[in-house]
Amino acid sequence: MNKSLTTPINNEDIEHLTVGDIVFLDGTLVTCRDVGHRRLIELGMELPVDLKGLAIFHAGPIVAKKDGGWQMISIGPTTSMRMERFEKQFIERTGVKLIIGKGGMGPETVEGCRRHKALHAVFPGGCAVLAATEVEEIERVEWLDLGMPEALWVCRVKSFGPLIISIDTKGNNLFEQNKARFNERKGPIVQSISRRVRFIK
Amino acid sequence: MSNEQTIKSMTAIMAKFIDYVGKHLPDDVMEKLGELRGKEQSQLAKIVYDSMFENLKKAGELNRPCCQDTGVIQFFIRAGSNFPLLADVGDILVDAVREATCSAPLRHNAVETFVEKNTGDNTGTRVPWIDWEILPHEKSITIDVYMAGGGCTLPGAAKVLMPAAGYEGIVEFVFDVMTSYGVNACPPLLVGVGVSTAVETAAMLSKKAILRPIGTRHPDPRAAEMEALLENGLNDLGLGPQGLSGNASVMGVHIESSARHPSTIGVGVSVGCWSHRRGTIRINEDMSYDIFSHRKAAL
Repeated sequence: MNKSLTTPINNEDIEHLTVGDIVFLDGTLVTCRDVGHRRLIELGMELPVDLKGLAIFHAGPIVAKKDGGWQMISIGPTTSMRMERFEKQFIERTGVKLIIGKGGMGPETVEGCRRHKALHAVFPGGCAVLAATEVEEIERVEWLDLGMPEALWVCRVKSFGPLIISIDTKGNNLFEQNKARFNERKGPIVQSISRRVRFIK
Repeated sequence: MSNEQTIKSMTAIMAKFIDYVGKHLPDDVMEKLGELRGKEQSQLAKIVYDSMFENLKKAGELNRPCCQDTGVIQFFIRAGSNFPLLADVGDILVDAVREATCSAPLRHNAVETFVEKNTGDNTGTRVPWIDWEILPHEKSITIDVYMAGGGCTLPGAAKVLMPAAGYEGIVEFVFDVMTSYGVNACPPLLVGVGVSTAVETAAMLSKKAILRPIGTRHPDPRAAEMEALLENGLNDLGLGPQGLSGNASVMGVHIESSARHPSTIGVGVSVGCWSHRRGTIRINEDMSYDIFSHRKAAL
């Protein structure tokens, strides 16, 4: 049985979820990445979309014009870590509940998710056509002056996923746990290879 | 054909080839991904691989770019000095990129620096990026098209080591890149390592290394052994698909090298994501062509 989340998302919907859980999203998903974050946090511009209870997607899609509207062609996640500098404040300011992207995020986002009850989840990277077919409609676009990748695309999605929870509301960070394990393994492997590449004699 | 017709013909071939490369992974990558998928045990890793293969199937069926980040298009050219359109190739490739941007469609990925405006057609100052090698007396041209997204471009790093660091220092550098930025760059990755004198030479060689077909080995036996050692060692880290843990971390490790200054060891690392969109085409003087990377390709 797949777990699903529907926007608007409340604290009770997500507090029981834990890193590694898989969920699917129904409702409103808004793309927001580097410059969208910078405009709100650093430049103090007001976001043209009210994100309270909604989900954002670290993504810059390929869209095409169709019948006077827009069609989603290809939309996969981008590297979430680039938004680490802004995300804690972004969560606090907007009330966003679900942040979808690729790869892990850092301690500031973990703190934001813990304090304000929000999640970070991973959509499998590079699976952009799969994601596009889970977008029912592009409802509107804001900040198109930023160009196609950076604009805010307001999408209605159905069974959008798989979304793998990487930061939960309890302070867990799946990628940090994994990285600690990778780094533990690294030392002995590097040592053993190094013994066999002493070519300068 | 008149010169003008030949230029049109080559532009059309390259526009269609760029379009195709953005939608279909090359044969060697497909084969390697299939092999790695079969070895994964964990539920999470299997779910991610299922999504990857479903995505590729849908990209083919719907004729869409398989990853939304179609990169800043790069061309690595081995041009015969007697190829009849040598003087026109640069302009032809710029036009082909513009054409493919509309036809595919590709994402608009050229932001003019300092002006900080997206040009909207994937061309700009020195973009598409073109790297030239001239093959004396040959009449054909061989072009590698490479589309690297931002995700797998971010881990790129180069540095100059002191000789005391030795090849051991290269190993450490590669592992540090992989456990920090590599995790987020859409593993399983194809890892290129350049061993040379300076940052720019090592970096360029590391990029050329990931243009080689997966599994090919460096001609020097020591370098080939180091490729295998790094490959097995990185797989033992167990990054898994998307860095979520699993059986493998890489699709392969390739080293390219040059002779070096006795006082320095330049090392560069470039990685390609699992969605490694690389295509190789040879165009002959009569505009007939052969595609080496995708056996089933029809333009």
